[in-house]
Amino acid sequence: MTMNFQDALVLARPEVFLAGATLFLLVYGAFRGEKGMSEVSIGASLALFTAAAFAAIGPDGAAFSGGFIANSATRFAKVAVYLISPVAILLGDRWLGRVDNKRFEFPILILLAAIGMGMMVSAGDLISLYIGIELQSLALYVLAAFRRDDAKASEAGLKYFVLGALSSGLLLYGASLIYGFAGSTHFDVIAQSIQHGTTGTGVLFGLVFLMCGLAFKVSAAPFHMWTPDVYEGAPTPIVAFFAAAPKLAAMVLFARVLSEAFGSAIDQWRQIIVITAFLSVAIGAFGGLAQSNIKRLLGYSSIANIGYALIGLSAGTAEGMQAVLVFMVLYMIDVTGFFACLGALSRDGKSMESLSDFAGLARLRPGLALVLTALSFSVMGLPPFSGFWAKLFVFKAAIASGQWILAAVVLLGSVVAAFYYLRLIKTMWFDPAPGQTDTPPVEAKGVAFAAALFCFPLVLPAMAWLEPMARTAAVSFGLK
Amino acid sequence: MTIGLIHYLSVAAILFTIGVLGIFVNRKNIIVILMSIELILLAVNINLVAFSAYLHDVVGQIFAMFVLTVAAAEAAVGLAILVTFFRNRGDIAVDDASVMKG
Repeated sequence: MTMNFQDALVLARPEVFLAGATLFLLVYGAFRGEKGMSEVSIGASLALFTAAAFAAIGPDGAAFSGGFIANSATRFAKVAVYLISPVAILLGDRWLGRVDNKRFEFPILILLAAIGMGMMVSAGDLISLYIGIELQSLALYVLAAFRRDDAKASEAGLKYFVLGALSSGLLLYGASLIYGFAGSTHFDVIAQSIQHGTTGTGVLFGLVFLMCGLAFKVSAAPFHMWTPDVYEGAPTPIVAFFAAAPKLAAMVLFARVLSEAFGSAIDQWRQIIVITAFLSVAIGAFGGLAQSNIKRLLGYSSIANIGYALIGLSAGTAEGMQAVLVFMVLYMIDVTGFFACLGALSRDGKSMESLSDFAGLARLRPGLALVLTALSFSVMGLPPFSGFWAKLFVFKAAIASGQWILAAVVLLGSVVAAFYYLRLIKTMWFDPAPGQTDTPPVEAKGVAFAAALFCFPLVLPAMAWLEPMARTAAVSFGLK
Repeated sequence: MTIGLIHYLSVAAILFTIGVLGIFVNRKNIIVILMSIELILLAVNINLVAFSAYLHDVVGQIFAMFVLTVAAAEAAVGLAILVTFFRNRGDIAVDDASVMKG
């Protein structure tokens, strides 16, 4: 456990490097002003790629008296987070330039959120868990309200902030009870005292609060109410970021807390996860039916998808953890593609957000319509698209742990949710177009096509490589 | 009567409940919501320090320091977002925050 300071810094190298790069870019941006935004964006992207490389080759171990962990799971999650964040910078940099809102703080905030996510996945202690979550959340609140002159964006930011701060409060209250009744903030010491049975119900009480806070961060029902509003109000490329990396990081953190600190209380937390998963799938599927705003619809879709990931978590096995990791990575790529399409499409300078705007898109923009169709099929879970493989893993894990009802819920939820994706496809291909659309910007189109290519056919070779990596990562959670 | 752990935990639990209710029951002003959030974090700090004294373990107090620091940052970010909201609306009533519903 004891480790000298230098080794500890090597272990935390991706985050230490990112923090240094962020401070440097912040000062650089402050000197260069608005003109420097693109340079800061490039610098931030390079820093993230470097951090991903550091994370990929870094050693395993626990630093800072167990508060910071590095193992195959953190490596997996960090590489995914640090590689998807530059995509958000690329989309946002150009998009903000087009809406005349170029400010260099945007890439800086993405970097800060990425450091927070790195801390979250590496947390081995309730204190580092809290610091990681807050670093990520505070950056995300500001990002949601990034367009200061837009009433919707500032309302989205405010709602996100108020509910986010409430959830942090719940999480902290839970953490304080766990600390008091288990006698430590370290995950492994908490696990020991639960195993010895000296903790009583106080710890379980704390665990419930902690899980409420974490469920909020992954936007699982019944703590999902902020998701549709924030998705609708916040700028599109920023939602592309919200919907992808933070969800993966929070999911990995959720899995780590439950498996490492509360591994022996699995019968207690599994019930809560099962109910949350069930509610998320149901609310995500049925809530989306009534939506006419595509961004809002994708908010509900993300609630349902988090529900599927939680089903993998509720299995409480290494196979379940593998399913969570594979599912989140594949979903992350799908959803980034979706929002890249939304960022690419506009009519008379106004972004197309309502379902009726998409009428006849197949004749106006056949390429993007095809991309949206492929991504819809993928999120729906149709073979051979990536979403099918993601759901297959969750389904297998649920069956293997004997949770037949939940496995059936996955199927039913997918069928109901299929309605709103099919409606989008029908609108695009068979309805008459109301008018021309603007020329889509190159970078958003590029990201959209890349995501569609990944969801089919690139996913097939990628799975051969993703699956064993996720398995190694899943084993490090210490579940059977 | 000696004041023991249970008394501190009760005070913290009451403050926490007031804070949570303050967010949900309050229909007037968003500043009040920010105050309620501070109240929740304060309740957590009382819990942490009480446990720290009870367990003779300093980690709880360190945790409380971190919470204090983050609470300050959180208030700063919250007020900044509130200012942009006020500029767009000219009002900070809770019921006004409803352009998006559904």
